[in-house]
Amino acid sequence: MEQQIVKVKNKKGIQVIPGFGLSLGVTLTMLSCLVLIPLASLFLSAGQLDLKEFLAVVTARQIVSGYVVSLSCAFFAALINAVFGLILAWVLVCYEFPGKRLMDGLIELPFALPTAVAGISLTFLYSDKGWIGTLFAKAGVRIAYTRIGITIAMIFVGIPFVVRSVQPVLEKLPRQYEEAAMTLGASGTYIFFRVILPELFPALLAGFGLALARGIGEYGSVVFIAGNIPYKTQIAPLLIMTKLEQYQYADATAIALVLLFFSFVLMLLINSAQIYMQRFSRS
Amino acid sequence: MKKRVMAGALVITMVCALMFAGCGKPSKEESQGMELLNVSYDPTRELYEKYNELFAEYWREKTGEEVMITQSHGGSGSQARSVIEGNEADVVTLALAHDITAIEEAGLIETGWMDEFDRSSAPYTSTIVFLVRKGNEKGIQDWDDLIKDGVEVITPNPKTSGGACWNFLAAWAYEEKHSGGDEKAARDFLKKLYEHVLVLDSGARGATNTFVENGQGDVLIAWENEAYLSMEQYPGEYEIVAPSISILAQPSVAVVDKNAREHGTEELAKAYLEYLYSEDAQRLAGENYYRPSDERILKEFSEQFHLDMELVTIDDFGGWNAAYDTYFQDGAVFDQIYGE
Repeated sequence: MEQQIVKVKNKKGIQVIPGFGLSLGVTLTMLSCLVLIPLASLFLSAGQLDLKEFLAVVTARQIVSGYVVSLSCAFFAALINAVFGLILAWVLVCYEFPGKRLMDGLIELPFALPTAVAGISLTFLYSDKGWIGTLFAKAGVRIAYTRIGITIAMIFVGIPFVVRSVQPVLEKLPRQYEEAAMTLGASGTYIFFRVILPELFPALLAGFGLALARGIGEYGSVVFIAGNIPYKTQIAPLLIMTKLEQYQYADATAIALVLLFFSFVLMLLINSAQIYMQRFSRS
Repeated sequence: MKKRVMAGALVITMVCALMFAGCGKPSKEESQGMELLNVSYDPTRELYEKYNELFAEYWREKTGEEVMITQSHGGSGSQARSVIEGNEADVVTLALAHDITAIEEAGLIETGWMDEFDRSSAPYTSTIVFLVRKGNEKGIQDWDDLIKDGVEVITPNPKTSGGACWNFLAAWAYEEKHSGGDEKAARDFLKKLYEHVLVLDSGARGATNTFVENGQGDVLIAWENEAYLSMEQYPGEYEIVAPSISILAQPSVAVVDKNAREHGTEELAKAYLEYLYSEDAQRLAGENYYRPSDERILKEFSEQFHLDMELVTIDDFGGWNAAYDTYFQDGAVFDQIYGE
């Protein structure tokens, strides 16, 4: 059905929605003003450094440890988000219960809430004097001002990405697959891991990638709950801010470029994997 | 929450400043009033709210003109940066001479600003003290108590906070005096001190919040005026401990010459800062827990301040630029003690 419509449209050479030229123009202008030109200025600003200086800045021990903290915490946060985001989406799609709509709306709250507010309230809760923090403190685990705290803040800001990526796919997933597998005598676990999960995996991976990228760049909420101690809990975006405070613009943009590069490569890998898998699952 | 409100206020003041800059001329002629933007740092908010009223009244009596003063607050370093990047401040009243020097280097302030007003352009001073929880269970009396086992210290990061630079230098001065000028000893002392630091916030207010609101740490190394403000807000919960040696913090003020000339506010801006040295203003500073630079007025507050502390000054470190390069520049002492 879909195929036919496309063919008809192409034969006549007209589009259903008019104004292609205008809308593309608007899109390109917006894209240039908001994304491309600022990004280009990043390169320009970092260009004040020659290669040797650039490498010296981005490979300084403190800076490298900042990358490690940001990347590792963002990775774990995205991993946890992938698991719990899947469960959350599953609950929202497959079951009916009172308050479901409210819960569905709440998922978006981390998007709407200013990150600083999130950071302050998380710190308040998870510090060893806070409601949740005291429980863990009794067990000898410190959450706020450690890498665990950083990871928690990143989980908070990243969870909507996973839920909102998986949810629509899960909704469209035909129940017949499950039923067919069941009539063929497959067990519940088998159905989940071999029938449903492969269908969801590309969407899950996309959500994971978005959550990861968001975590790597997250500053507002993390800076309150991280102790900001060099080599321990200093995140890369904080190092960028520190450089700016010291009036070292070129150094700051150099660190930002490396961060951008990491995010870009990660997204590229994840997207390629996704495309590969989609092709694989269709054929 | 406070941060958000502050950020919001900053944005609003900046937007207002831009609007005033855009339509400044016609409205000025209409109302016969002058506008002045004072870009300052975090803890001076309460002081300047009151001072602006005082000055407006003085200016009205003297010249018959109305003056409207807008104030903006934030971390000293980022406030300086905003001025460099085009925030149209007529005067700056910042935490460190170093931040004003940065504006000078950007060409907005003429060289020699430090001699433009009395006492190195520092109309009020402050110092660094300890804020401890009621009862002072860990028995903190002086700097060497901070590195005892089990003591947790809260101080901001000197790379982003002007106040934190003063904290660092005060601790350094203490150990240098005690070891008879041994630099190695001072460095080891600071290394130990920062091992006791649990959180390095980016600004002084942030550190105060960590200590007061989130209940972290046993002692906050703080501006004297911030410490008194916390005491006032939470009566009976905290105590101030004055260490034997500390540093005379001289927050500096300057006219942003280029902006003032463009706005035609040079005379007003100069008078605004000069009046800070008047008796009334000095007394107001004292009431807001800043130490008046006028010795006579300072004596009036001798019960409030610990005037028996030995205070070193930034000149003992060779001035701000030298101190900054030695201790806080990338790869300097502060980075080294964390890197070892």
